[in-house]
Amino acid sequence: METKLLTEFYHLDEFRGLEGYKKHGGYQQLPKALKMQPQAIIDEVKAAGLRGRGGAGFPTGMKWGFLPKNGEPRYLLCNADEGEPGTFKDRMMMERAPHQLIEGMIISAFAIGSNKSYIYVRGEYDFPIACLEQALQEAYKAGYLGKNILGSGFNHDMDVYRGAGAYICGEETGMISSLEGLKGQPKLKPPFPAVQGYLRKPTIVNNVETLAAVKYIIRDGAAAYKKHGTEKSPGTKLFSLSGNVQKPGNYEVPLGYSLMQLIQNEGGGMKPGRRLKAVIPGGSSAPVLNADEVAKATLDYECLAGMGTMLGSGAVIVIDDSQCMVDMLGVLTHFYHHESCGQCTPCREGTGWLNKIVHSILEGRGRLQDIDLLTKVADNMKGRTICALSDAAALPVLSFVQKFREEFEFYVREGRSKVRGNEYAQMHH
Amino acid sequence: MFELSAEGKSAVQKELGRYESKDSAIIPSLYIAQKENKGWINQEVISHLSKVMDIPESKINEVFKFYTMFNQKPVGKFHVQVCTNISCALEGGRELAQHLCKELKVKMGDVTVDGRFTVSHVECLGSCGTAPMMQVNDRYYEKLTAESAMNILRGMK
Repeated sequence: METKLLTEFYHLDEFRGLEGYKKHGGYQQLPKALKMQPQAIIDEVKAAGLRGRGGAGFPTGMKWGFLPKNGEPRYLLCNADEGEPGTFKDRMMMERAPHQLIEGMIISAFAIGSNKSYIYVRGEYDFPIACLEQALQEAYKAGYLGKNILGSGFNHDMDVYRGAGAYICGEETGMISSLEGLKGQPKLKPPFPAVQGYLRKPTIVNNVETLAAVKYIIRDGAAAYKKHGTEKSPGTKLFSLSGNVQKPGNYEVPLGYSLMQLIQNEGGGMKPGRRLKAVIPGGSSAPVLNADEVAKATLDYECLAGMGTMLGSGAVIVIDDSQCMVDMLGVLTHFYHHESCGQCTPCREGTGWLNKIVHSILEGRGRLQDIDLLTKVADNMKGRTICALSDAAALPVLSFVQKFREEFEFYVREGRSKVRGNEYAQMHH
Repeated sequence: MFELSAEGKSAVQKELGRYESKDSAIIPSLYIAQKENKGWINQEVISHLSKVMDIPESKINEVFKFYTMFNQKPVGKFHVQVCTNISCALEGGRELAQHLCKELKVKMGDVTVDGRFTVSHVECLGSCGTAPMMQVNDRYYEKLTAESAMNILRGMK
């Protein structure tokens, strides 16, 4: 069953505008939060166990706690550069409830003592950007943004920054580079953004869903929030369900929910006559699960980590038995090769070689030793670069080869796909 | 020679004063210039922006070439981008892209003879639950079939 905490009113068009949002409880938590001690808000978020919903799952309150205590100006940066293949929840949140994000951001900014925030949205999200810009205007006019918000003495300005098409800008330091007007190349950590981020000032980067959730922690209190989900993975999470299911879409469920139930109940199950073959549980960078593993998986950080994969952004990509895993890996290696920023050699060269090797197999030129070569290249890409893109490219390769090795061997031996014959070789570019 | 319109210039000036750092105006200004230069950017555009913004060409160039939404060659009046990343590939995105090229008689990435269309592949656009999809200029079209996509394109004015 879905547990609609954040998404309760998403079916109502009026929830997008200020009046409709207020009618359904909007901007009621902001005055309450502005009367709290900022540290009390941080403590509440910590106690709620909220973890970053963008992909890394880092505890939000702890991240906020890394800020210097000296009152130096600091920035809040909302990561709305949703680009992890399979993920489309932030888009829905900005389209259906821009004020919910804005309210969550003002509360978060007050907690961390920031007077300026940016929402960095991927450039392709034209409609979400329009929704946010409209909502920002309304919020300024109503006195929720600007000087002396609701008479509290707290000042805050918020602006939208439009990206221009680069997956790497979803990485927090890449995003900071991009916002500074540079190529979106990640920066070496430490210093972490909380200490030296945007323009070398302390900066907190949080995902759309994370910031929106803060509002509900203030509304219900940490204890009530923790009633959802599991002990170590509290709360609800939006899962973007896509691929070969009957009813793809965004579904909000408590963490710890069964993966199979999400596919069967919310997703309406597999298409007629089709069987489940594999699931990528947390966006394209997450190692793939085979059908046996899917049956045992629950959607929380710990269970998926224990299975060698990750919850990531919550993008659940379902693959049925009509699909060829070599073909699908070719799609992914092409993507990571295209998106590598080129800064670190293992990633720049490694993503290129992975893509070349998979495509030589797809074109019928593969050799049996190429399968192990894929593993070797991928192994050499892990943990050796400034950011996690290199690992994100390596992990799918390792898991696809390990769990579906017979499909790769068949392809090399026969020069065609075990599932689809030669049908798909020409699809690759 | 390319030159921004008066409105374009004032929009760029506005961006220059909008952020803490002047360089942050480069991406927004490239968007403004691309729109005024039929959807793509060349060195003439970069030189002009450099003068208007008082930022070195090399700096603008570096940003321009990094981001895929800035087109480095001419595109049709309607830039049709079909997502072929994993969720769309699972639901027929690649077949759709091929179909559109065949129907419009154009190679992937090229402009049709009448200058109306460019079809290109694009990476995930966050429309995975409504696959397959295409983006035409700024707008998303989702849950497409070969027929519905062609009908949409034929109706483009």
